[in-house]
Amino acid sequence: MQLTVWTYEGPPHVGAMRIATAMEGVHYVLHAPQGDTYADLLFTMIERRNKRPPVTYTTFQARDLGKDTAELFQSAARDAFERYQPQAILVGASCTAELIQDDPAGLAEAMRLPIPVVALELPSYQRKENWGAAETFYQLVRAIADKDVRPAPREGRRPCVNLLGPTALGFRHRDDIIEITRLLESMGIDINLVAPLGASPADIKRIGTADFNILLYPEIADTAARWLEKTFGQKTVRTIPIGYGATRDFVNEVAALAGVDPASALDKSNMPWWSRSVDSTYLTAKRVFIFGDATHAIAAARVARDELGFEVVGLGCYNREFARDLRDAAKLYGVEPLITDDYLEVEDAIAALQPELVLGTQMERHIAKRLRIPCAVISAPVHVQDFPARYSPQMGFEGANVLFDTWVHPLVMGLEEHLLTMFRDDFEFSDSAGASHLGHGSAAPKAVIAEEEAVDDSPLAPVAEPEVIAARGWTAEAEKELMKIPFFVRGKARRNTEKYATEMGLEAITLDTLYDAKAHYAR
Amino acid sequence: MTVVLTPPRPAEAANSLDCAPVLRERGQREVFCGLTGIIWLHRKVQDAFFLVVGSRTCAHLLQSAAGVMVFAEPRFGTAIIEERDLAGMADCNEELDRVVDRLLTRRPDIKMLFLVGSCPSEVIKLDLSRAAQRLQAKHQPHVRILNYSGSGIETTFTEGEDACLAALVPELPALPADAPRELMIVGALPDVVEDQFLRIFKELGIKTVRSLPARQSVHLPPVGPNTRFLLAQPFLGETARTLEDRGAVRLDAMFPFGAEGTTSWLHAAAVAFGVDEMLFRRVIAPGRERAKCAIEHCRERLAGKSIFFMPDSQLEVPLARFLSQELGMVPIEVGTPYLHRRHLAQDLALLPSSTVISEGQDVDKQLDRVRAAKPDITVCGLGLANPLEAEGLTTKWAIELVFSPIHGFDQAGDLAELFARPLRRRDILKV
Repeated sequence: MQLTVWTYEGPPHVGAMRIATAMEGVHYVLHAPQGDTYADLLFTMIERRNKRPPVTYTTFQARDLGKDTAELFQSAARDAFERYQPQAILVGASCTAELIQDDPAGLAEAMRLPIPVVALELPSYQRKENWGAAETFYQLVRAIADKDVRPAPREGRRPCVNLLGPTALGFRHRDDIIEITRLLESMGIDINLVAPLGASPADIKRIGTADFNILLYPEIADTAARWLEKTFGQKTVRTIPIGYGATRDFVNEVAALAGVDPASALDKSNMPWWSRSVDSTYLTAKRVFIFGDATHAIAAARVARDELGFEVVGLGCYNREFARDLRDAAKLYGVEPLITDDYLEVEDAIAALQPELVLGTQMERHIAKRLRIPCAVISAPVHVQDFPARYSPQMGFEGANVLFDTWVHPLVMGLEEHLLTMFRDDFEFSDSAGASHLGHGSAAPKAVIAEEEAVDDSPLAPVAEPEVIAARGWTAEAEKELMKIPFFVRGKARRNTEKYATEMGLEAITLDTLYDAKAHYAR
Repeated sequence: MTVVLTPPRPAEAANSLDCAPVLRERGQREVFCGLTGIIWLHRKVQDAFFLVVGSRTCAHLLQSAAGVMVFAEPRFGTAIIEERDLAGMADCNEELDRVVDRLLTRRPDIKMLFLVGSCPSEVIKLDLSRAAQRLQAKHQPHVRILNYSGSGIETTFTEGEDACLAALVPELPALPADAPRELMIVGALPDVVEDQFLRIFKELGIKTVRSLPARQSVHLPPVGPNTRFLLAQPFLGETARTLEDRGAVRLDAMFPFGAEGTTSWLHAAAVAFGVDEMLFRRVIAPGRERAKCAIEHCRERLAGKSIFFMPDSQLEVPLARFLSQELGMVPIEVGTPYLHRRHLAQDLALLPSSTVISEGQDVDKQLDRVRAAKPDITVCGLGLANPLEAEGLTTKWAIELVFSPIHGFDQAGDLAELFARPLRRRDILKV
C-alpha cells in the first residue's frame, strides 16, 4: 500500500475516458460502482466541456453484487447502444469491477452488436491514467484502421500527415493542434487526420492513407505510432515542437520527410529578440527546477537553458513509462533525474535546491507558493485556469512566445530586483509587500514580519523563517544580516553559507562567514 | 403561567406520507460516493484523520472534490491498494499496519483515526473493523481508531457522514437513566451556524446542548435515555437509529431551512424542554423576522418559477419545501438518492401534491424528463450542470448546498440567493 494525498495521474480508466471524450461517435461502457461518475466533472468543469462525456457507467451497488452485475452490464451496454448510436463501443472495467471479474469483453461480444466493440484491459492496480489513454488509443486504432489502405502516389499532390496524441483534458492540446496545423499548412502539407481529438472511428479507418505520422504527445500515442510504423510503414516525426529551437528542428525534420522546402516556415517568433533584448539580461543563470510529464519537462529544460539562459538545477517527471528519456535529458544538464509520483519527494527536492523559478504542474504551483518561489505551469495535471479561453499554445512559434511570457511573468522584474535590494527598508519594498508580480498571495505571513521586527529591537531574539530548515550555528549578527538580503534570494544565500560553513568545518556562522561564502560562490 | 406546547401529533405526519407519489428508478446513477463526506468532516473534527483504504480512483476522487484543500495540511489520505496487496489478505493487513504506524508517527497531533472503507476494500472483504481493533490495541491510549464505509456500493455522497457518525455513536459515554434532560444537535454544521443555534438554545433556557460531531474528537457528547436529539441534516438515518438504540429520543421537526423550517426545528426542542411559548416566540422573533426580510428580495425573482431536483444529497426534499412554501417556487420533480420518509414527514407534507418525488435514478431517463419539463432551474451535479446549460437550461449545482452555510434564520437569505443567482446571471448576460 502507498500512502497518498495527491496523485499526479488518475486511474487508467480515466485515460480511456480521455480518449472516448476526445473522439466523436465513440461510446465507452464502463463497469464501475456508483460514485465513479465523479470523473465526468473533470471534463465538464476543468475543461468546461458543454456535453456529457460519452460514458455509460453500470453504477452497481452492494445489493447487485453476486447476482446480476453481469446482466447490469449488458443492459447498460444495450441501452447505450440504442440511445447514442455510436460507430464503435469501448468496454472495460474500473478498479472495483476488475476485482469482481465479470469479463466485460466476453459479455459485450455475446451481445453481437453491429459495430466494432473494443475491449479494454486496463490493470488499475499497476497502471495509471496516461498508460490507460495510450492503451485505449492503440486498441482503437488496431481494431478500426483499415489495413489495406495506403497513401496515394505522391505525384501531383501535397504531402499529408496524421497528427497523433491530442486528447480531452490535455494541457493546451486544443491550441497546439491549431498552431501545428497552421505551421504545416504554411509548408504546403495537408492533415489527413488529427487523432484522437475530434476524430471519429470512420476517420481512424483511413489512418493508413497518410504519408507519415507526427507524434505530438508520446505519452498518449507512442504505442499507436509504433504499431502504425510496423503495419503501414509510416515514419514518425518524434521531435516535440515546444520552444523556438525545437520548433525549427521539427520543421526541418518534417520538411525532409515530406520533401518540401522548410525556409518559408522558419523564423516566425518574437521570442529570440525578446530574450536577447537587454531587458532580459537579468534572467541569466536564474536557477530553475523543472517537473512534469516527461515530454513537457524535457522540452522545458531545453527552452530554459538554451533560449532563456537559465540554469537547470533539477529535472524530473512523474510518469515512469518515460523515465529513460528523462534520464538521458538530465545527463545533458548535469543534474540528478527525479522520477517519482510522490509529491513529498518533489517538495523535498525543491526545498533543498532553493531554485529561483519552478516550472511544473498544478502541484508544484502549490509547493512553490508554500516556499514562496515564483512558478509557472508547464504540464498536466492542471486546474481550470490552465484551460484558458484565449489562444495559448505551447507548441510552435506562437507557443514559444507564450512560454516566454508565462515563465518570465512570475519573476521579479530586473529593475524591481534592484529596487528591492537598494531600498529594502522602504515600506513598499519590504518582505511584507512581496514582489508585485506575485500578487497579494505572495506577501510574507504577518507572524514572520512581527518576528523580524522583533529582531531589530533585540538582536538576541530567535529568528524563524517559514519552510526553511532552522538555522544551526548562525550568530545573531549574521542572522540579522541575512535578513537584509531580499527574500527571493535569501534561501539560496542561507543554503550556500551553511554549505560553505560545513565544508570549511566552521562551528559558528558569523558575518564574515556570510560574506566569505558569498565571495566563494560568486558567479 | 407556563404554557407548554403540545408536540405535533404523529398521526398527522403518518397520514401525510402518501400525499406525494414516489417514483422509484434504477439505472445509471450520476452521484458521488460517501468518501466525499470526508471533505467537510475533516474540517469539522479538527483532531481526526480520515484514511481511505482504496484504489487510485478513490485518491483521485478526493483530490478532484477537495480542490485546493489538498494542500492546507489536510487530515485525510488514501492507502492505495496495489497489485501485491491483492495477492494475499495477510499481506494486506500488514501493509495497512505499516501505513498507519507511519502516519501516526508523522502526525502525533491526531487523536482519532477513521479507517474508511471503499468499493475495492469492500469487494476484497478487507475487514477494516478488525483492523481498527487491532490497531487500537497497539496505539491506545493516544489514538482512538474507528472504521466506517464510504464506498459507492453502499453509500451515496452525504451518507458518508451518516456512516461516520453512526460509527461514533457506540463510542459515546453513557448517561445514566436519571440524568437531567440534554439536547443533542446531530449533523456536521459550519461553526458559525452551530454557534447561532447554541445561542438561541441558551436564550430559551435549554441548559445542556451538545453537538455530534464535536469539534474535538476527545470531547465526545454523552448519550442516554434522557437525551433528546434534533437532526440538523436529513441524511442521518443510520446515526438516528444507533442513537435510538442507546435510548435517545429523536425530536420530529422540519429541517432548519428558511424561517418556517428553522422555527419548526427550534420549536420541537422548545416543546421537549418545556419552554414557555411566550418566551419561545420572543426569543426567535428577531431571527425569524430577519430571515423573512432576507428572503423577501429573492421572492420576486423566484415566485412561480419551476424547479427540478436531480438526486444528490437527500437535502432535496427539505430544500424543495423551503422554496415552495417560503418563496413560491413550483417543484416539478424532487429526486433524492434515498428517501427517509419518517424523518422527512413534516417537510413532505408541505410539498404541493403535484410534485413528483423520485427515489434512485436512471440518469438518461431523468434527463429526458428534465428536457420535456423545461424547468426554470435544475439542481444537479457538476457532471451535468454545464451540459444542461449548453442546452439552454439554467442550473444550480448541488454541491454548493452542502459546502455553504445554509441552515438557520441568518442563512435563509443566502440560501434563497443561491437559487436566485443563476437566474439573475442568465438575465444580465448579453453574450
